[in-house]
Amino acid sequence: MDIVRFNNIHKIYKMGSQDVNALNGISVSFQKGSFWAIMGPSGSGKSTMMNILGCLDRPTRGQYFLEDKDVSILSDDSLSDIRLRYIGFIFQSFNLIPQLTVQKNIELPLYYLGWEAHRSSEKAAELAAKVGLEERLNHRPAELSGGQLQRVAIARALAAEPHIILADEPTGNLDSHTGIQIMELLAELNRQGSTILMVTHEPDIAAFARNRLHMKDGLVEGIEGN
Amino acid sequence: MHQSRFVRNITLGIENLLLHKLRSFLTMLGVVFGVGSVVAMLAVGEGASKEALSRIQKLGSNNIIINSIKSIEEEATSTQHSRMSIYGLTSLDYERIKANLPNVQKVAPAKLIRKESRVGSNTLELRIVGTTSEWFELVPRQVLAGRVFDKRDVDNFSTTVVLTEFGARKLLANKNTIGQPIKIGGDSFEVIGIVKNEQGVAGNIQIPDQQIDAYIPLSTVKKYFGDIFHKRTSGTRTLELVELHQIIVQVNNINNVESTAAGIERMLQNFHKKQDYQVSVPLALLKEAEATKRRFNIVLGSIASISLLVGGIGIMNIMLASVTERTREIGIRRAIGAKRRQIIIQFLIETVVLSTIGGIVGLVMGITIPSIITYFSEMPTVITIASILLPLFISIGIGIIFGLYPAVSAAKVDPIIALRHE
Repeated sequence: MDIVRFNNIHKIYKMGSQDVNALNGISVSFQKGSFWAIMGPSGSGKSTMMNILGCLDRPTRGQYFLEDKDVSILSDDSLSDIRLRYIGFIFQSFNLIPQLTVQKNIELPLYYLGWEAHRSSEKAAELAAKVGLEERLNHRPAELSGGQLQRVAIARALAAEPHIILADEPTGNLDSHTGIQIMELLAELNRQGSTILMVTHEPDIAAFARNRLHMKDGLVEGIEGN
Repeated sequence: MHQSRFVRNITLGIENLLLHKLRSFLTMLGVVFGVGSVVAMLAVGEGASKEALSRIQKLGSNNIIINSIKSIEEEATSTQHSRMSIYGLTSLDYERIKANLPNVQKVAPAKLIRKESRVGSNTLELRIVGTTSEWFELVPRQVLAGRVFDKRDVDNFSTTVVLTEFGARKLLANKNTIGQPIKIGGDSFEVIGIVKNEQGVAGNIQIPDQQIDAYIPLSTVKKYFGDIFHKRTSGTRTLELVELHQIIVQVNNINNVESTAAGIERMLQNFHKKQDYQVSVPLALLKEAEATKRRFNIVLGSIASISLLVGGIGIMNIMLASVTERTREIGIRRAIGAKRRQIIIQFLIETVVLSTIGGIVGLVMGITIPSIITYFSEMPTVITIASILLPLFISIGIGIIFGLYPAVSAAKVDPIIALRHE
């Protein structure tokens, strides 16, 4: 079953008076339970692709079906709701809120889902244990190492039990050893059933994914994998 | 569930404000001083007007007070050694007011003479008030001992006197009070009662009683002391003939006070060649005092609203800086799924918490200052419920009004750009 289907997606940015074509008609679909690496040199359109996949941005033309729902036409509020319920983000620079503790950071999506305090703190503890940070719940991001920060981010991405996990260069700010640990964690999540779409430009990181999509100049250049 | 989220929103707001304690405190100061000065100024204003109003009410808001005055012409001629000046209200005026004006309920005439009094070795210069029993109804004061005189005393020319608390203490010191004979100007009078007295000025009207008053039936005063009064001033000696010094008129209904006063004025104009009387209306003073209070409040209100405005702008300024500083946080929250509205609420709550805490601190300050003022200057101050609630609501309002723009601009942050923000 296709969880994501792009139908001739175009994205044109206006840079001053000039139009920049970031995506030039992408038609691709990702299956539920898959693990994709989206690869390509800078300027190939993979960040734009990521933003549209994550419902942070809307395509200029074309349709984006998320579980057969056309999300390319939704309002800002509805897109917020899609992000909240369907998508878990993992960023290169972690993007944790520095003044909140690990627990509060993990709970953030649950807060917007309107969960009661005791239920969300149970869930946060459970997720922290899953990523190996049960001892760090009351720490603040500044007290953690890079690898630990990314684990918190992963726990937060999992909190609302999203349908897709979007990872944007998840190891970009980590040393290679820690990077491999994070990738092993993601691979494990995928084995447990999570759909993961990851943007990276490093081939050895992309090797953890089961499928690879190569992009160039806003177009799909090739697909490989099983 | 919604309530718990509201509480969590507030907790989150407070936590965020506590991250920058000094900054939050300084931001709050504007509102603190704004609210503090509003509350303090209202308390002082309220106290001043309350005192003025209570003084005026002591005159009786249904009363009209008519005084004899020396006309300007009389004043001029008397300096030229004229032997006798005759002016002022007469018994006929008193009778006419009593008989001819429909809305007049009670009238009390008063003849005022200064006389030396003596009990044993104690002496005191008294102001003899020759009046009728109506006086005690129109100038109602607490009777401390004995009784006040009645119609029979007036009819019988009885030699009775009612003293004030002050007079009794000075003259009677440690003697029996009621029934004690005292000498006034050579004649003997019997003390039948002691009353409390008020004194001072309300607006520009003298309160009718004084502490050195001695009340004696009008008939008795005329019989024993006559109408002519000797006045010695720096070598010259003048005689004055004033039948009545004062007439107090009580009107049946507060709505008829002004028309009755005008009627009295017209009547006196017909019978007096000179302007030797003055009609004062406490009600007019009361209205004037209330109007003054309103004006006072408007002036105070505008001054205070300027300081609150400055406080509000201070808050807005800091919140705008805070939005810029927290662009990334906003981006993260939006990416995770926060709606614009939720970002607005988050920032708005922070501002409202800030301004409300500022308001409460200001309130405490504003309540403390008036009591310090009262302690050191004996100036009365009054804190009303309204003067507490109004500034509190205003400070919450300031949080909302001046927080809205920063909150909306926070919600407009584009998450894609915000996430790249360092």
